[in-house]
Order: sequence, then structure tokens, then C-alpha cells
Amino acid sequence: MALTKADLADSLFAELGLNKREAKEFVELFFEQICQSLGNGEAVKLSGFGHFGVRHKNSRPGRNPKTGEEIPIAERRVVTFRASHKLKERVDAHARSRG
Amino acid sequence: MTKSELIGSLAEKQPQLDQRDVELAVKGLLERMSAALEAGERIEVRGFGSFSLHERPSRIGRNPKTGNSVQVPDRRVPHFKPGKELRERVDL
Repeated sequence: MALTKADLADSLFAELGLNKREAKEFVELFFEQICQSLGNGEAVKLSGFGHFGVRHKNSRPGRNPKTGEEIPIAERRVVTFRASHKLKERVDAHARSRG
Repeated sequence: MTKSELIGSLAEKQPQLDQRDVELAVKGLLERMSAALEAGERIEVRGFGSFSLHERPSRIGRNPKTGNSVQVPDRRVPHFKPGKELRERVDL
């Protein structure tokens, strides 16, 4: 089962005593704030978790892999994520401990 | 934007919470998300994106200085895939 916004709101409710409505609103606002910053082209660095960056991609010739037809890919801006060393270590160490 | 700037702007938008609570909430969310990934669980946030784990199989690597080959153990790394709404908001 995947972790969802509802689970995150539940944990704010259980651990911090925000009421359910506040917790839900806070979770929405948390992700909205990050989206907004990235939408403005500004990176978001969350120390201990990771770095969300915005990368500019130039236009390039592409190809429809099915038909082989050439189609141009327009220039665009995309989000990148780099997990922090701390998060990478946690994720990997746990996998290793289970063999 | 850094974590403390994020806390600052959330505190501004949630004046009924004090800054200390906002800080605990942000740290709590990030810890809950980290713990989920650590436990091998995916994270799915509609509109924002999803975090999953990618398995990197073990491989033979080389020490670039000495040229000796070494076994690099398999690894598990976090991966983020932006959601549709986020992709559209970031794109030009």
C-alpha cells in the first residue's frame, strides 16, 4: 500500500494534535507551496530529505518509436529530484539489513 | 526555497498555528515520508507526484585509480516522478 495525503494528514493528527480538518489543509498547503515554488522556476531544498530542481531542456528532434516518423520535441522545463545522502542511506541500509 | 523558508511561508498562510507547530508539522511530514520509503513503501500524492524505489542490481565496478575490479553490491534508491499537474505548472 502506498502512502497518501490522507495518511500524512492522519500522522499530523496523531502526532501533533492538529484537528483533522487542519491536518488535511496543512498537507494540501505543504505540497501546494512546493509546486508553486517549482512553478516559478525556483528549486526547493529540503535538508535531510532531498532537492527538487527545475531543469531547462532545449528543443531537440524526436522520433515516434512506432512509426519512425520524426517529430520535434519543443523546449521545456522539467522537475528533477535528488534524494539527500541521509535519505539514500536510510533507504539502502534498510534494504541491506533485510538481506 | 529552503526548509526554513517553506516553514516561514506556511506559517504565514496558517496564522492559527504558531511557527513552532508549523516547524514540527513540516519535519513530521518529511519524517513520515522518509520512513515510508525506508520501509519499502511508495508515496503517491495526487497532482504533486509519486516516490518509488528503484533497484540497482549489483555490478562489477572499477577503482578508477588502480583499475582493480570490485563488486558493487545491489542498491535501492529513491525515485521521484512528478505528477501531471506539477509537470504542467513547471513547463514553459
